[in-house]
Amino acid sequence: MADTLDAPISAAVRPKPVLRAHLLPLGLFLAFALVPLVAHYGGEGYVLSIITRVMILGLAALSLDLILGFGALVSFGHAAFLGLGAYAVGILMAHGVEEAGPQLAVAVGGSALFALVTGAISLRTKGVYFIMITLAFGQMLYFLATSLSAYGGDDGLTLPTKSLVFGSDLLERGLVFYYLVLGCLVASYALCRSIVASRFGRVLRGTRENPVRMQAMGFDPLHYQLGAYVIAGALCGLAGFLLANQTEFVSPAYMTWQRSGELIVMVVLGGLGTLHGAIIGAAAFLILEELLSGVTEHWKMIFGPMLVLVVLFARGGILGLARGRSRD
Amino acid sequence: MTTTLLFVQTLNGLQFGLILFLIAAGLTLVFGVMDFVNLAHGVQYMVGAYFAAAFTAYTGSFLYGLLLALPATLAFGLLLEVLVFRHLYDRDHLDQVLATFGIILFLNQGVKFVWGAAPLFVPVPDALSGSIQIMPGLLYPVYRLAIIGAGLGVAALLYVLVNHTRVGMLVRAGATNAPMVSALGVDIRRLFMVVFGFGAMLAGFAGGMVAPILSVEPGMGDNLLILAFVVIVIGGIGSIRGAFIAALLIGLVDTLGRGFAPALLRVVLDPGDASQTGRAVAPMLIYILMAAVLFFRPSGLFPVKR
Amino acid sequence: MRKLASILGLAAAIGGGASAEAQEKLKVGLLLTLSGPSAVLGQQARDGFQLAVKDLGGKLGGRDVEVIVVDDELKPDVAITKVKGLLERDRVDFVVGPIFSNVAVAVHKPIVDSKTFFISPNAGPSNLAGKACNPYFYAVSYQNDQNHEVMGKVAQNRGYKNVYLLAPNYQAGKDSLAGFKRHFTGNVVEESYVPLNTLDFQSELAKIASMNPDAIFTFMPGGMGVNLVKQYRAAGLADRIPFLSAFTVDESTLPAQQDAAIGMFGGSNWAPNLDTPENKRFVAAYEQAYNAVPGSYSMHGYDAALLIDSAVKATGGKTDNKDALGAALRKADFKSLRGDFKFGTNGFPIQDFYAVKAAKRPDGKFQTEIVEKVFDNSTDAYAKECAATN
Repeated sequence: MADTLDAPISAAVRPKPVLRAHLLPLGLFLAFALVPLVAHYGGEGYVLSIITRVMILGLAALSLDLILGFGALVSFGHAAFLGLGAYAVGILMAHGVEEAGPQLAVAVGGSALFALVTGAISLRTKGVYFIMITLAFGQMLYFLATSLSAYGGDDGLTLPTKSLVFGSDLLERGLVFYYLVLGCLVASYALCRSIVASRFGRVLRGTRENPVRMQAMGFDPLHYQLGAYVIAGALCGLAGFLLANQTEFVSPAYMTWQRSGELIVMVVLGGLGTLHGAIIGAAAFLILEELLSGVTEHWKMIFGPMLVLVVLFARGGILGLARGRSRD
Repeated sequence: MTTTLLFVQTLNGLQFGLILFLIAAGLTLVFGVMDFVNLAHGVQYMVGAYFAAAFTAYTGSFLYGLLLALPATLAFGLLLEVLVFRHLYDRDHLDQVLATFGIILFLNQGVKFVWGAAPLFVPVPDALSGSIQIMPGLLYPVYRLAIIGAGLGVAALLYVLVNHTRVGMLVRAGATNAPMVSALGVDIRRLFMVVFGFGAMLAGFAGGMVAPILSVEPGMGDNLLILAFVVIVIGGIGSIRGAFIAALLIGLVDTLGRGFAPALLRVVLDPGDASQTGRAVAPMLIYILMAAVLFFRPSGLFPVKR
Repeated sequence: MRKLASILGLAAAIGGGASAEAQEKLKVGLLLTLSGPSAVLGQQARDGFQLAVKDLGGKLGGRDVEVIVVDDELKPDVAITKVKGLLERDRVDFVVGPIFSNVAVAVHKPIVDSKTFFISPNAGPSNLAGKACNPYFYAVSYQNDQNHEVMGKVAQNRGYKNVYLLAPNYQAGKDSLAGFKRHFTGNVVEESYVPLNTLDFQSELAKIASMNPDAIFTFMPGGMGVNLVKQYRAAGLADRIPFLSAFTVDESTLPAQQDAAIGMFGGSNWAPNLDTPENKRFVAAYEQAYNAVPGSYSMHGYDAALLIDSAVKATGGKTDNKDALGAALRKADFKSLRGDFKFGTNGFPIQDFYAVKAAKRPDGKFQTEIVEKVFDNSTDAYAKECAATN
């Protein structure tokens, strides 16, 4: 099963001139950085909150692309990490720990640990069986969250404040929080980019193309895949920490299987195995959702066929579409 | 009391499992033969229920409604195949996921556009309404027995079709090695169409059958889709026999787990904790089961040999 | 990147265009669940609100009104983004919504922090009625527990000894059974929780049949209620064991339950057959306009518009003095479709509650009808925890 996932991915990551390869992501981040300057024309808090949401879910999609695009590991339970990160904030807050530091440590550390344990089990399977076992772990965590009646159960839990930074409520200021999210996104992107370019990343890609050969060369594919899975989980936990702070609310709805599916859709929509494609996919998904739902109640009847058309006519997602056009 | 309860719960589990089987059978064939991940299989179940409801309202008879819904879901499945799916057979799984996800969004909203957001009404047919006494003091609805009967009938029919007909042989061969079947001169495109249309019709049949007892509403197929995937993965992809056994297993574990998990936990925990933990654990059971099966048998219980 | 810029430009254009009109039109944002299986509830509330606006000649409090409808998709984080849009892009004067309590809890903070009036046409979570009550939050509906309390009281009054309780396994389900038990002192033979989105209740029905209680009480909203009622009837229990419920048998589910639901009881603050001239006119107009029998969601939507109308009228059309507007809202100086209506200290209604029963009308449509009044001028149980001063 897994081998069928490979062909288009290798096309998407073929080498390009260094400068051009970095132009698009740089432009993307620059655009994010400039949004606050124009935002006050359109209801500042609203535009900032949409773009903050784009960046947070873009970060989650980015972390998924690291294992999906470069390791061919289709995780259908990735939203679990989003939930873990968010619940780390919510539960610690409920016990009076309002500092961002410990919350972040628990969010990222907890996600990494969950990824380590579930990854070690899940990676015994391949292809669609891997998809389903990651779904199983995601669902277990979801049902656990809905049964936590001390923390709101199914209704979720409202945070009293955003996380404090050394006792100050710095994050309450919209712009500070906005640039914090952008900083996290850029840093995570840089981290993923360097991982992909490193020896680790090359081995990871090698295990995707031909695990047997990698094993013959003396690399244990499992270790590399597990390493990538843990890093992806930890980064998504960071996204969960940010999401909890943005909405000042934590809920099991953050980790439904539908949300995991949406993350996959974002990655594929933007362009698999490109990293910045995941962020573009998240932006396209969320902004289209916002604009179309303003037009008609039946916006999903427009959005659904658009996804089908992207698949039928744009191989490699939005980035593939852009590349195709520039070649003509 | 406990034994009669256990007996009834087992019947309920069986009935739920058979409905799951009707959906999973098409899914596992489409996946096994065409290597196609069809997330839109759940909405075909929903479309079947809506067709059954609409035709029942139109003809005034559930039987005619169900009979008309079958060709309608078949035609609908084929329409989707021609418009979208056939262009995706040679794509990778993730492209298929994205496209079929788009179809789910469209159809879940589409039925609301056509039939409104409120759930539709389908009466239990008069001939099958009421209950019969299967044990002293214990009534069981006739319609549920009818579902069990229909499910077993379809399972038997599928067994004959797959194991004793030419098309069935091709399907089995296709599940093992599709390119080879094609190389032997079989029109693989037509085989795919047959399998796809048949799978859609089975799901639609399941939807039509449950319409009198379940709420016919937008999105009713989404959760069943996930369960159907659980079933085919536990059973081994492409294996009808695996799907049948796994569907019954899931049906029984889910139903019995919900019924008895709190009671069983009471043996080791105090009653308050037991009911709290039981409630949390019961919905997880099938996922724990799937994770355990995949841990020990990474390709499911009945892997199709390749 | 250019795409992003153009989207922002578009957003800016929408925002800019809207703020220029802000002096003229009163703006009301409706935040409701309009997609997914529960969409019908949001549609009822929306249709009720818009019917009221139409009946008032397109004006609320003498000002032309612009109603902006958004869909929360029943996802709390999506709802927060949409609410930010209503507050900061559209600069609405009132937010009316949502249907579900988990969404209400999520959006409460951003709305009241921005000092915008927040009027719920359905959701009435306990903390918003109690400790977290706020002078910017009003419910024209009820506190969530109250309909369940009605049924508990009915079970008590009728002298039922043994009652079987059934609810979905989530917070509202647990609150529901707690509400029932507040006025019921008899024996609870079983307190059964099923997973949310349960399709098949056969195992529960088997247990009920074997325990043979005097009555069952259940809270099964939406599609779950449709399934339960059909299966309860099919199992032959409907004629043997009285079926008491809340949010299970109402005008949103009756079109799908039809004959199966006849004779089943519910708790409510209103029913379509409530005999007041305003209500008769409302039900007839609603059926004419939307070809469906209105449920309590529609009635609350209608009342929410009347409430806003009365308050804005009292301030002479001004919305900038928040204290004056809040005081005018608190007076609730309008003729509610349900008759007597006033707000308690926590912004929740003090009102009558009824036991209602599903019935078939002579014209073949189904509705709930009032059986008896159970509570008179009732206040919710959390009001005393509320410390709001004004």
